[in-house]
Amino acid sequence: MILTVMAAVPLLGALAITLMPRGQSSATAVKVVAVAASVLTLVLSLAMMADYDVGRGGYQLTEKHVWIEQFGVHYALGVNGIGVTLILLTTVLTPIVLLAAWDDRLPTSRSVNSYLAWMLVLEGLAIGVFSATDAFLFYVLFEATLVPIYFLIGSYGGPQRTYAAVKFLIYNLVGGLLMLASIVGLYVVTSRQGDATYLIGDLSNLDVSTTTERLLFLGFMAAFAIKAPLWPFHTWLPDAAASSTPSTQVLMVSVIDKIGTFGMLRWCLELFPGASDWASPVVITLAVISIIYGALLAIGQDDLRRLIAFTSVSHFGFIILGIFAFTSTSTAGSTLYMFNHGLSTAALFLVTGIMIARRGSASIQDFGGVQKIAPILSGVLLVAGLSSLSLPGLAPFVSEFMVLAGTFSRSIPAAAVATLGIVLAALYILLMYQRTMTGPLKEGTEGVHDLKPVEVASLAPALVLIVGLGFYPQPLLNVINPAVDEIVSHVGVGDPAPKTPTGLAQQTEGGEH
Amino acid sequence: MLELAWLLVAVPLVSGLGLLVWGKEGDRVGHLIGTAASSFSFIVGLICFFQILGRDEGDRSYSKSLFTWIEAGPFHVDMAYTFDQLSGLFVLLITGVGTLIHVYSIGYMEHDARRRRFFAYLNIFIASMLTLVLASDYLVLFLGWEGVGLASYLLIGFWQHKDSAAAAATKAFVVNRVGDVGMALAIMLMFAQFGTTAISEVNVSVNAASTSTATALGLLLLLGACGKSAQVPLQSWLLDAMEGPTPVSALIHAATMVTAGVYLVVRSNGVFDASEAARNAVIAVGLVTLLAGAWIGCAKDDIKKALAGSTMSQIGYMMLAAGLGPAGYAFAIFHLITHGFFKANLFLGAGSIMHGMDDDVEMRHYGALRAAMPVTFITFLFGYLAIIGFPGFSGFFSKDKIIETAFGHSFWVGLGALVGAGVTGFYMTRMMMMTFFSEKRWKEDVHPHESPKVMTYPLIALGALSLLGGAMMLGGWITDFLEPVVGHAEHEELAIPAWLLSVLITLVVAVGVALSYVLYSREPIAAETPADESVSFFSRAGRHELYGNELNEAVVVRPTRHLTRFLVFLDGKGVDGFVTGLADRLGDASQLLRKPQTGFVRSYALSIFGGSLVVVLALLAARLA
Repeated sequence: MILTVMAAVPLLGALAITLMPRGQSSATAVKVVAVAASVLTLVLSLAMMADYDVGRGGYQLTEKHVWIEQFGVHYALGVNGIGVTLILLTTVLTPIVLLAAWDDRLPTSRSVNSYLAWMLVLEGLAIGVFSATDAFLFYVLFEATLVPIYFLIGSYGGPQRTYAAVKFLIYNLVGGLLMLASIVGLYVVTSRQGDATYLIGDLSNLDVSTTTERLLFLGFMAAFAIKAPLWPFHTWLPDAAASSTPSTQVLMVSVIDKIGTFGMLRWCLELFPGASDWASPVVITLAVISIIYGALLAIGQDDLRRLIAFTSVSHFGFIILGIFAFTSTSTAGSTLYMFNHGLSTAALFLVTGIMIARRGSASIQDFGGVQKIAPILSGVLLVAGLSSLSLPGLAPFVSEFMVLAGTFSRSIPAAAVATLGIVLAALYILLMYQRTMTGPLKEGTEGVHDLKPVEVASLAPALVLIVGLGFYPQPLLNVINPAVDEIVSHVGVGDPAPKTPTGLAQQTEGGEH
Repeated sequence: MLELAWLLVAVPLVSGLGLLVWGKEGDRVGHLIGTAASSFSFIVGLICFFQILGRDEGDRSYSKSLFTWIEAGPFHVDMAYTFDQLSGLFVLLITGVGTLIHVYSIGYMEHDARRRRFFAYLNIFIASMLTLVLASDYLVLFLGWEGVGLASYLLIGFWQHKDSAAAAATKAFVVNRVGDVGMALAIMLMFAQFGTTAISEVNVSVNAASTSTATALGLLLLLGACGKSAQVPLQSWLLDAMEGPTPVSALIHAATMVTAGVYLVVRSNGVFDASEAARNAVIAVGLVTLLAGAWIGCAKDDIKKALAGSTMSQIGYMMLAAGLGPAGYAFAIFHLITHGFFKANLFLGAGSIMHGMDDDVEMRHYGALRAAMPVTFITFLFGYLAIIGFPGFSGFFSKDKIIETAFGHSFWVGLGALVGAGVTGFYMTRMMMMTFFSEKRWKEDVHPHESPKVMTYPLIALGALSLLGGAMMLGGWITDFLEPVVGHAEHEELAIPAWLLSVLITLVVAVGVALSYVLYSREPIAAETPADESVSFFSRAGRHELYGNELNEAVVVRPTRHLTRFLVFLDGKGVDGFVTGLADRLGDASQLLRKPQTGFVRSYALSIFGGSLVVVLALLAARLA
């Protein structure tokens, strides 16, 4: 029940604030209710963590009710370690973004009620997506997340918001359409073999021809590749990010885009292990291109928001690379990466959002020497930036290195090229920091005053987690590992054994060879 | 105490982070807390060191795992440390010289409004550097490795209101990251090959792997070492790094951090022992850098940059020694430690001079300073005698051993190292002449004066160490002490006796010194740097750092910039344009189809004719084929 409750609380919160009176007088009350709903969800998610038996693995806290009997559709929820991790990411980030949205200046005639309500709706749907164990239910919720984002961009974003929102919608609808084809295909396949079903437990042992499996796989994969986004389907992201408020950016890139990589793990690998293996050379190539391409593009950006969007293209490349390397190290790394990338990107979007709001411009050229007048702001930007370039000691390093080490044992060329990304990452972050924060104070930047205590308070949880998980990621890895092991063994490629395992040298010396 | 050795890292780390978070109220005591933290680590280090010294020779390595850092699938990394002979020596060097530099900085940074932050960064550096040398696992070593890189970045750019400082900081970090690619790939290779990244296990298991694996590992590690230790081809960041406050140059960019590459090679001795090709690469890098650095040192008029060139060169010596295998490992470490003493001494001396000269670094504006700053002069003189290898001073013993071993390896390598010693004598004498001797060339309103005691006492301590550091070689102590870590080597017999070689080396140095003395005392030194056109090719190339920056610019920076611009253009017009444009193209296509529908019979007739012609020609072609 706890999963349903957890998804329902933010939805009910959204309903409550839509019913509340609009206008200036009640704005604070609306914000308080929104934050309260998200905090309650966070508390529930911690309760879920406590309920979840780490040692047992598998899908837990399951619920199952028949929804559409004719098609074998169930309202079925359940989480494994991967789902738990992503739900936790969602519930941790939502209060942060709601707090960060406190002072957002919205386009006139738009009310704060529906702005915050859409965010809560998004949170509820995301929780549903991460816990759905019925493919049809997943598809419905997956498509439903488009609606809140469409309105969050289209109604509350910047000057280009209409174009960006429509572009976002079309891209993602095309992906969704392809997935729908596969969903229908699944019905055809399962109903021929007996009773139609969409439950993951039934689908993961499907007996289909190689061609059918590949076609079904492609439908899912297309939707997830667009969502993630994988090169060359990434171009909607920079536009969408540049036209949204910081809070929308965080929800979109840190949480909703993760559905793409989450979907690859949950649906592509679990349902179509053979086809996933078949496609892996192509996917790995595209992922490596994403890493390098996204990083190079980030270096070339002048708009802070587009820059961060492109760094995410690069980071998603790492995540997808780790998933399709099919080693337990890289896949666990990818899952942890989803969480860490969520934190570090959230910190980056929020702190640059503050900079942009104070300067009235997102162009890097309009900044310079800000460190002098806003040392705390620049310190936070630096920590967030260093986490994005995967400095050891900060959370993303652990996950990135796991991805690379696992990939290396599968494919040296892929790992070697991907590793070049760490040089490019240093460039895109440090050049951005240098241009905005150092040197003499640039004319026009005088208004960029330092962070207020409330802003520090809203950013602090993310920063503390980034440092803490950098030194001690094990609590999350303990949750992730059992689920990852199941998936990796389901795909069946297996971890490559070390070529010269330790102990061999001693044996050789002992003359046993 | 050994089981509490993690305090070595924890105390300065907590102090550093605490000082950063603490607000303005911390300004009054920040420097004291920072210095206390570093001193604490020094004392703990001393206790631990004497504890292992008191143990049996075979039992001097103490390892402890604090917790599991990362565990997933077969990947397992412990947050573990090893206090042994090698790391023990480093701990003493880092915390000892580090503490002296903390004390010195109290005076040097007195008038800087951000002194608390400066000490916070220094503390973070000490913690990271200790992590690097105490790590039992390559990935933990990498944590310290990048931590010192971060501290270096923050401290080079400490005066970041200056564009040049900020740019130098970015450059240092990015160039180091190129080296880190090598480090990271080496660690991945270890994992794939051996299933572990623990230092001790890798260095044993490598014997069971193929030589090509050992070579690959060695070269990748060397790439990392080149970045951190400013060795050719990744040397270009070190001279720019002199933008940082001078105590930083002394601690990070001379005595400790830049020697981490040498530590890495010596620590990975199992890998390098297994591959002659990798060792030869290390020798080549060391030899080229020792000559290149010395060359640059001869041409710079900026006292800090001249010293930075010298640092490159001296690390080249260490690298060269490390490349000589078991015969050279201990000597590399010996020279690393004596260099830590005398180069910190020289840099802090330079800082003391700048302190008295209104932060002017131009040696052409110095001259005859020996009377104005006697303590600085005497201590600097000790550093000078140590670095040129004056008999009896520490550098004499350590450099001697390296050149001797190099000759044992190959005549040409030995000759290169010998020539380097002569050039060292030349550029250091030049520096002495321009700074303390010759005539006054001071700018107006500059009143040179001796620095306060808080700065001169550390100088005196380092001056004494520059003289006495050679004592570590008494009875071959340091080689025996390090033998359990780096392995035993048979002594190579040279064609000539060792004492004769020592005399020969001293003679070569004397020639360099004499040449420089004559050149810089014959006529007055110009108070401004002569134009590029009026100096020899050697000076010109040296001034331009042997055109390393120009090369990087042409080969790496500019192509990357062009590629980036091209991709930005392509992403908008190409990738995005293609996908979003599909819809537009569909519209365009129908527009195109509409165009021929002109309504004129003659144009329809023409197109019918044209079409028939094509059909006929196609039929003919098909028949003929």
